[in-house]
Amino acid sequence: MTETTDTGVTRAEYCAIACAEVFRGDGEVMASAFGTAPALGARLARLTFAPDLVLTDGDAALVDGAPPLGARPDELVFESHMPYRRVFDVVWSGRRNLIMMASQIDRTGNQNISAIGPWAHPKAQLVGVRGAPGNTVNHSTSYWVPNHSTRSFVEQVDVVSGVGYARAAAAGPSAERFHEIRRVVSNLGVFDFATPDKVMRLASVHPGVSVDDVVAATGFALVVPDDVPQTRLPTPEELDLLRNVLDPTSLRDREVSA
Amino acid sequence: MGDKQMTLDEFVGELSSGMTLGIGGWGSRRKPMAAVRAILRSDLSDLTVVSYGGPDVGLLCAAGKVAKVVYGFVTLDSIPTDPHFKAARQSGAVEAMEVDEGMFYLGLLAASQRVPFLPTRSGLGSDVLTVNPSLRTVRSPYDDGEELVAMPALHLDAAVVHVNRADAAGSGQILGPDPFFDELFLGAADRRFVTTEKLVPTRQLAEEGPIQTMCISRLLTDGVIETPGGAHFTACVPDYGRDEGFQREYVAAAGDPDAWAAFTERYLAADEESYQAATRVAADERAAARAAKEGA
Repeated sequence: MTETTDTGVTRAEYCAIACAEVFRGDGEVMASAFGTAPALGARLARLTFAPDLVLTDGDAALVDGAPPLGARPDELVFESHMPYRRVFDVVWSGRRNLIMMASQIDRTGNQNISAIGPWAHPKAQLVGVRGAPGNTVNHSTSYWVPNHSTRSFVEQVDVVSGVGYARAAAAGPSAERFHEIRRVVSNLGVFDFATPDKVMRLASVHPGVSVDDVVAATGFALVVPDDVPQTRLPTPEELDLLRNVLDPTSLRDREVSA
Repeated sequence: MGDKQMTLDEFVGELSSGMTLGIGGWGSRRKPMAAVRAILRSDLSDLTVVSYGGPDVGLLCAAGKVAKVVYGFVTLDSIPTDPHFKAARQSGAVEAMEVDEGMFYLGLLAASQRVPFLPTRSGLGSDVLTVNPSLRTVRSPYDDGEELVAMPALHLDAAVVHVNRADAAGSGQILGPDPFFDELFLGAADRRFVTTEKLVPTRQLAEEGPIQTMCISRLLTDGVIETPGGAHFTACVPDYGRDEGFQREYVAAAGDPDAWAAFTERYLAADEESYQAATRVAADERAAARAAKEGA
């Protein structure tokens, strides 16, 4: 049973709204979104406050409009061919905004999807760094962590795949020039790096979550402002789009149930 | 035009132990699996495998054919990781060079352009540079003075890719939506092999798809092998999608030595034709089991 607040909005819906906000104000950039909440967020942004956003079909095309999750290929309206080789042109041009997932994330925004334990002798080999090193130094990158815990929010990631603020600064101006870790969205709250030394700050908690819950689930000293707002409510239009247009079969509740 | 047709055994005969082998496709999509299976049956060993990795990497690791893997990821797409590659990395059985997938692209491009490296921002600040201490940066000789990663050419002794259609002279046609980096794998290699779902007369290529699907020129190929179902169990659209049921069977078997021995015996011990027949039987069995479950 999905827990709801008295507004009837589920946790998964707050997560989708928080992911949508990542795409606000970017204009005509390619949105790439991994995970259910990010996929819903990008589509929601495209249908509402970010109409110029360019969405992909997750394969080799850019699509018009915002197809529902699980849409069949014959329901899509293609607007451009976007095979992987061309995706790199977009990455390197900077005309992209991405939400990717993180097995581990740390205080300065480093992300790990490569391996748990030392890279040379991993306790667990994960998928590999993929495009994370290149993404993070070329265009705005955010992260989605559906299982916020002291295992995922760690003091120091085991293998720096996506580059955080301190590492980018240490690597020099070429690494910092286009670097931005915009936000981290988890099942508990939203985080940014809006502090003088660019370390992770609690930007909002999802309704139903306390600041103490977040602090307890985080494996490093999170910056917690005196007043922590709640993640904003979806508008009635946004709720209708989420529930009746983009995700009528509630895939979102399978990813985040609390 | 010369006739470049050959058999899988002749393809394997062109390779030797210790070679660096590039394998086309991406994850669990359009992998030259018949060629991989032929290597599994051979006595080749100590290969360096360069791949946008999928079950090609996993199978070769499981068979002890691999000394080193060069990759940005190894994934089965619908299943996040490959169990055999995971095991090989965790036991230290294989050496690894893990780079950003864009760096990987530039490494192939550099090799195919015969330049020693190509500059990129990708990799800066990440552990790709610390876990691969041989990687270097380069400073721009112009006024900007930017310091970038010098991605070295990924030179390949041999490469093999799988396409939907090809002619006997080695022109390849990719009918699916993404040609991936197959052209660059071939461009980066000394010996270049294309396996194809179907061999057709050159004249027929234009009937199969528009000119932009004819993306592998015979300038890039030394050998062509017709292998129907040659990408199974990875996806080879529009000819066929990924065999998800078989992929799940592959993953389940990998978790247990006895189950893996049985899987190897059933599917991989004999030739390609036997493999294709055995997988058809397996698909029928899964369909029957599904029907029985739904009927129950």
